[in-house]
This record gives sequence, structure tokens and C-alpha cells, in this order.
Amino acid sequence: MNVWKTLTDPRYYQIAVLGSLLTYGVFVLDFGIDWRNAVAIFLTAQSVQFIATKLTDAPRFDPLSAMITSLSLTLLLRTDVVLIAMIAATLAIGSKFLLRIRNKHIFNPANFALVTLMLATDRAWVSSGQWGSAAIGAFALACLGFLVLTRARRAETTLAFVTGYAALLFGRALWLGDPLAIPMHQMQNGALLIFAFFMISDPRTTPNAALGRWIFGVAVASIAFAIQFIFYQPNGAILALILCAPFVPVIDWVLSGTNYRWDQPRAQALGHSKGAF
Amino acid sequence: MRTFVFSLTVVLTLGITATAEAFCGFYVARADTKLYNQASQVVLVRDDDRTVITMANDFQGDVKDFAVVIPVPTFIEREQINVGDAAIIEHLDAYTSPRLVEYHDPDPCVLYEADEIMVSASRQDAPAAFKSRRERANGVTIEASYTVGEYDILILSAEESDGLIKWLKDNDYNIPDGAERVVGSYLKQDMRFFVAKVNLEEQSKLGFNNLRPIQVAYESEKFMLPIRLGTLNADGQQELYVYTLTRTGRVETTNYRTVKLPSNLDVPEFVQAEFGDFYRDMFTRQTELEKNRAVFLEYAWDMAWCDPCAADPLTGDELRKLGVFWLNDQRDRRIAPTGAQDVFVTRLHVRYDQEHFPEDLMFQETGNRQNYQGRYVIRRPFNGPVSCDASDYQLSVRNRQEREAQMLANLTGWDLDDVRNKITFMDVDGPAPNPVPWWKRIWQ
Repeated sequence: MNVWKTLTDPRYYQIAVLGSLLTYGVFVLDFGIDWRNAVAIFLTAQSVQFIATKLTDAPRFDPLSAMITSLSLTLLLRTDVVLIAMIAATLAIGSKFLLRIRNKHIFNPANFALVTLMLATDRAWVSSGQWGSAAIGAFALACLGFLVLTRARRAETTLAFVTGYAALLFGRALWLGDPLAIPMHQMQNGALLIFAFFMISDPRTTPNAALGRWIFGVAVASIAFAIQFIFYQPNGAILALILCAPFVPVIDWVLSGTNYRWDQPRAQALGHSKGAF
Repeated sequence: MRTFVFSLTVVLTLGITATAEAFCGFYVARADTKLYNQASQVVLVRDDDRTVITMANDFQGDVKDFAVVIPVPTFIEREQINVGDAAIIEHLDAYTSPRLVEYHDPDPCVLYEADEIMVSASRQDAPAAFKSRRERANGVTIEASYTVGEYDILILSAEESDGLIKWLKDNDYNIPDGAERVVGSYLKQDMRFFVAKVNLEEQSKLGFNNLRPIQVAYESEKFMLPIRLGTLNADGQQELYVYTLTRTGRVETTNYRTVKLPSNLDVPEFVQAEFGDFYRDMFTRQTELEKNRAVFLEYAWDMAWCDPCAADPLTGDELRKLGVFWLNDQRDRRIAPTGAQDVFVTRLHVRYDQEHFPEDLMFQETGNRQNYQGRYVIRRPFNGPVSCDASDYQLSVRNRQEREAQMLANLTGWDLDDVRNKITFMDVDGPAPNPVPWWKRIWQ
């Protein structure tokens, strides 16, 4: 039973992919991930997860989600202040326990921490160009593998975001009369793929109904596009997700569905999960 | 037919190589932009939405045939255009250039206190006539035209790109293929264009031989550099240097990888004579390793100091002339001058073409204030008379020279044997230069 549970929990695969990306980023791309920040993020995230589990009615300490949040933060957050890295981990995990509606947390933890710190201080940023386009093929394959392994369950958000965003980029290029090499280049962005497959896809913060997830994915894509190409600001997708997240409870209220549980990815019919953080 | 230049580049004269002494080695040479026959240089000063761009020009040919079309992210008026001073860009180039430094090995027979040879890190103190008319033809509105310095400036507001292109053609300018499409795309993105032509009368009156850089101040949320027109009329790859002057920290590209050039590496002594070749070949090899798709960071530093200095930091006056407007604000508010300049400089170097850089360069300012410089080190072996058995020292130098040779071959793609042939290897007294196995020393 336990072995089966381990195999079906998609978070192991997620950790493996994010871990490989981190290794690739550090050793091949050399894009300046400070190991002190990484250690600070991992230790802080697990500590906050542990303490919050004790203080709330969460059934048991579960390090996996905090691990994924740590990996996402390490991959995306750039800062030269270790304290900011620690605050990021605290904000991310803390938001899961504090900002909740109807037994679901509102924001994707890493997303919440990134946006809060980018807006609150000028010492934190996201280097979206640093992945280059060399290894995008292998990268996209790993992401698709993730979809297959999770049996495409709840993957509508990712599909809706990627197709919506691509349609807007190609539409813009056609309208401007630009060569298609431009939208192709814009899609080949490592940070965008991490966002699409490991952040917006988070089943704990997406709508419960399939239709809701399609609406949500397209909405995030449209706002991301507007931020990037109408207001000309970087990090459109990350900002769009946090703007759309508060509407998830509304979508859930209109379209009913069941909350997602990591340990029961196939048991969608079990009804409300209690205490999955 | 007149020549029509889309990308801006500067004519540079050869500067005097300065020397300076500091903690990070003794400065001996720099690899500035003069290494390349044609290199565009752009200075971007930015804080919030306010931007001042200075574009230097290395147009080669008869200036009477010279005209340049400059896309700007927003509509601009006459007062927003200025003619700058090429010497300041040259100074900025020199200050931020990759540098070669040297160290001299001490006499191996004299035992120094370890601290004695350290030099303390000393912070260097930072030291028109105009007429306006509206002309409408071919769907092109000449919003304004006036003379700024030696340039005649025409601000165009073309409703359709073919209008602008037709106007340029009617005025006998060469238009590269594909320009119409790019101009059309820019117009739809609310970008505007101005044309700068050389006013020969003004130029001879002013007595400038070279074309001075054009400066534009504008307010726009777009932190970008339009390079697409430039890729149209170029033969192959183009060399571009972007210097940014900001307040918070380093600037990087958000739609291309920004990569640090390998730095702080030991190279053989002969590189001093070939530093330009070394740098060019290393840059070429590194761009190839990045599949020609990367923007390279060559310098990132607080403008208040440098170590070692390839040239002194820019003065407050020079920075103001480049458009660092917040210095004016500070002066107006009579804030007591401090040592810091409140300016962070980033030097980016990119070799681009249409295939690998399809999109304009988009930038963002980051909070990264870590200093970075392209710095290469030569270590001079001690060659004075030795008063003791220096064979260990000689052996270590020989091994070091071999490592330096391999490093150089690796960085530049030069042939390792050619590199070795250029090195004067240290003569090793006594036993053969083969390294002594470590175990032989244990029980000696």
C-alpha cells in the first residue's frame, strides 16, 4: 500500500524534475544560484512547515510539498541577501496555512512569496532570461512526462495556459507582421515552462472543476500577455497568477468539484479532503 | 543613391593606455571597443520610466550621404533630442573594458611575512537654431524638423509604414529589404521614428570631424533596445555594446541569456602583447559555446570606484552629460555631496544577427549589486639571481606555465602546441622537470 502510494504521488516525479533542473542550472548554465540561499530556503521551509503542522489541525508533517516549494523558489528567486531568501520561504509556507478559503489555500506558495518580495523590496527579482533556449527541448519533454505520469489529471490549467499564451503570441506576431521566429523565441523560455508545469499547475490552488481550470488557465494567460506586451513589464505570468488566484474560490463556488489530495491523485470521488497542506 | 544607416555606431580614435596600480594586480592593458572595426555603442540611463539613450555612431564614408532612422518607444519633441560628446562614451568604454593585470613573483629565496606583499585595497574616490514645419505627403507627417548641433532632425509620424519607406525612397535613401515590415511592426507598437541627417554647413561651422552621438530623453515603460532594423542592412553579425547606468543594480536581458564572460583567469605572459587578439578570440569562442544566443556581461560596478582601474570612474559632470538626471535632482536639492555616485554601471556585449536574435533586446534592472569585471592575470616569474636551491620554485612555475597554456587554449580555441611554443618555460635546475611523486618526499 505504501509503495503504491509512493508511486502514485506525482510529487516525487515533480521533485525529481525540479531537482534535475536545479542541477542543470547550477552546473551547466551557471546562472548564479547562491548555495547559501538554497540552504536557507530549504531549512526555513521545512521548519515553518513543521511548526505550522504542530500549531494547526494538519494531521501529520508532510515534507514533500514544502520541498517542491523550496525547489521552485530556489529556481526562480534571485537575491543577494540570505535573509530575503529565508523570508521568501517563510512567506511561501506560511501563506499555505494562513490564507485559506474553504479548506484550500488561495495562493501558490512560491508565487505568493516571489511577488510579495519583488513588490516590497528591490533586492529580489526573477531572471526569466537565464535559461536560454538550448535545452528547451529536453526540458519540455520532462514537463510532458510529468503530465503523462500524473495521467493528465488536473492538467487542464497547464494546457489552457500554454495554448492560450501561445495563441496570443502568435496572434500578435501575425497582427504586427512579425516573423514567426519571434513568438517561437518567446515561447522557448525556461522560466515560462517552469511556471506552466510546476506553478500554475499546482492542483491545490486551481479550481476543482475541469471547466473552471480551463477558464482559469486562459485568464492567467491573457493577463500575463497584457502585462508583458501592453504594459511592457517583465514577469507577466508570475504577476498574472497572483492576480487571478483570488478568483479561484469564486470559480469553485460557481462550478462544483472536489478538492485535490496529493496522496490520492486517482481518488477524486472521495469528497472533501481535510488537512492536506 | 545616398547611404542609409539603421544601426548607430561610433568612430573612435585610439586612446592612450593608462596605467594604474591597485590591489587586484597591476593594470597593464585593456580590450576596449576599438578592437572591432565597427561596433555600435549605446548608453542607456534609466530610473523608473525615465530613459536617456545615447547612441554613438561609427559611420564610415562621406558624411553628406549619412542619415539614420532611429526608432524610439514614444513620441518625442525637439527638446528631448541632444547631441552628446563622443569623448565621454570613450571614457566609459575605457573604464568598463576587460583588463589585463600582472603580478610579479617575489624572490623565492626570501621568506616574506605572508601579509607583507598584500597591498591594501584602496578605494579610488570618484572623482541651435531651430525651425518647425509640418509637411504632409505620402501619408507621412513631418511633425517637426530642426537643427540640433550638426544634425538636421526630422520627426516623422507615419500612419502607414509604406509612407515612411516611400518618403525615404523619394529622398534617395537606400532601404534594405524587409525594412517595411519591421517599420510597420514598430508603428503598431506605438513606436516613433526620427531621421537624423548631417547638416554640412553646421558641421563645418562647428568644426567637428566626427559625427557626435545623438541623445534622446524619453519616458516609457519599455526598457528595451530596438535592434531589428539594424539586422537588416548588416553583413552578417554585428557587434553591440550596451552600457546601462542605473541606481539599483545590474541590468540583464529578460528575453536572452545574460552570461558572465570567464574572468579572473591566469594566462601566459605573452598575452600582454596579444591582449586584443586574445580577447577577440575568447569572445568569439564563448559566443559559439552559447550557440550565438547570449548577451555577455563584461562589467558591473558601482561607478564610485574601480579596482584595478582601466580608467578613472566618470566624473559627476560626465555622468550628467550622459543624462544621469538624478544627479541633477540631487544637486538641485542641495544634498551634500558624498563619496558615492549613486550610479551602477553595467556593460553588456552582444554579437547578434537576425537568425539568433529575432526579437529586440528587452532589459530589466535587478537588485544585484555584486561587482564583476573581465580581469585576466599574468604572473611574472622571478628572474633575478637566486641565492638558494630554487628548484621547487622553478618546478612550480613550470607547472603553472603549463596550466596557463591549457587555460589559454581552452578559452580561445588556440592550438595548445602553438601556445606552448610562445611560452618561455622556466629552466628547472637539477632533476628532470617531471613532477616528483609525492611519496618520495615523505621519508626524505
